[in-house]
Amino acid sequence: MLDTALSLNDLRFLMLGAGWTLLITAISVTAGTLLGVLFGVARAQTPVWVSLPIGFVLDIFRSVPLLIQLVLFNSFIPILGLRATPFSVSCLVLALYTSAYCSEIVRGGVAAVPQTTRRAARSLGMTWGQDMVEIVFPLALRVMFPSWIGLTLGVMKDTALVAWIGVIELLKSSQILITRMPSEPLFILGIAGLIYFLISFPISRLGARLERKWREND
Amino acid sequence: MIEIENVRKSFGQLEVLKGVSLAVDRGEVVSVIGGSGSGKSTLLMCINGLEPIDSGRILVDGVEVHARSTDLNKLRRKIGIVFQQWNAFPHLTVLENTTLALRKVLGKSRAEADAIAIKQLEHVGLQDKLKVFPGKLSGGQQQRMAIARALAMSPSYMLFDEVTSALDPQLVGEVLDTMRLLADEGMTMIVVTHEMGFAREVSNRVAFFKDGLIHEIGTPKQIFEQPQRPETAEFLGSVL
Ligand SMILES: Nc1ncnc2c1ncn2[C@@H]1O[C@H](COP(=O)(O)OP(=O)(O)O)[C@@H](O)[C@H]1O
Ligand SMILES: [Mg+2]
Repeated sequence: MLDTALSLNDLRFLMLGAGWTLLITAISVTAGTLLGVLFGVARAQTPVWVSLPIGFVLDIFRSVPLLIQLVLFNSFIPILGLRATPFSVSCLVLALYTSAYCSEIVRGGVAAVPQTTRRAARSLGMTWGQDMVEIVFPLALRVMFPSWIGLTLGVMKDTALVAWIGVIELLKSSQILITRMPSEPLFILGIAGLIYFLISFPISRLGARLERKWREND
Repeated sequence: MIEIENVRKSFGQLEVLKGVSLAVDRGEVVSVIGGSGSGKSTLLMCINGLEPIDSGRILVDGVEVHARSTDLNKLRRKIGIVFQQWNAFPHLTVLENTTLALRKVLGKSRAEADAIAIKQLEHVGLQDKLKVFPGKLSGGQQQRMAIARALAMSPSYMLFDEVTSALDPQLVGEVLDTMRLLADEGMTMIVVTHEMGFAREVSNRVAFFKDGLIHEIGTPKQIFEQPQRPETAEFLGSVL
């Protein structure tokens, strides 16, 4: 098995792809989470005439397949006269997509904090913002966290789709290697899979650890 | 002084307060008794502006609670309120629960806040539980913590909304004792309660609440021994 045509250079090429996968994931999850918190709070706490339109737009991002969104954005941004690399289009689309899912998670988390607990906070003279920061977010976090970890891992795998618009991330780079070495597809895909796993594993472990820590206090 | 003047309030079609008037003087303890669903909790939440009202007005030390110009967050500092349940912030220790508003609302330093909080927690007998999370406390301890947390803000008024109703019978006494102590110290209190013994012994006046109205108000002696209204007599007959 170790008797392979794969060179150190090829491995480096794969690692470079993995680097892009990680970078796109990190950027889109970070931006998507920030936006998602904003949209989620807006959906949970604003009157219907604000929250309904926001919800509608986010529903579009959640229901149209990611691949279609990527291709559409990639084609339309130049038409609008804007310049964007496939990499930035990928980050933009994935961030919006993440924010759409994240907003639902946040909305659910905020709604899960009992009104009575929030009343207790307000009755002590805390402002709406203080209640949000000191009470609602810390409590909602416990509800949201497992779903958020799931979302992050999902987005990480979904980054494979950005290959379609020309970003050479982990999956695409393994495909390129396979075209060059048609005899080794399983070995190469195996390595790619292992890399995906090595990225995911610490994230899910960290999630499990935090959850356990929080449960101890309840 | 708390002055409630002809307050009306509806939730949608349902009129919950139908013209309630009540004045509570400094140092007075007024118990509010009555069946469930009669609007007692709603009234308390109107007093500190957690609920808006439709008409009438409520004055706290002469400040109109529901006036547009009133800074509710500031007003609430002088009105402590303890609810029936879910008062605790479950992610914070007993000490942190008690210091949070001291630090965030009153801007006290951590050391100052700790000192005030510890004093109040000692007062309600929770000095051994400072580092404990509320989930590990009994219901009675949680309610005492909620009382200490409210008292830490040095309020002029305390409102209690059936604070013992969700407790196991053997835990009721410790919470009532804490409230009794507070009354003895001269705190102005409005106490919504099902504990007729408490209402009778501790209050200066007792108000009987039914269908969004105070039907009768008087000294405990008057209300419990010579109720003037048939509804009052009927209610007392059903609970005593
Ligand atoms: N936020 C609310 N929205 C709609 N109806 C409410 C709300 N809060 C209370 N009610 C209704 O108002 C009535 C009075 O409730 P409440 O003040 O809790 O009575 P009590 O404390 O005397 O049991 C009840 O019929 C209750 O269902
Ligand atoms: Mg009630």
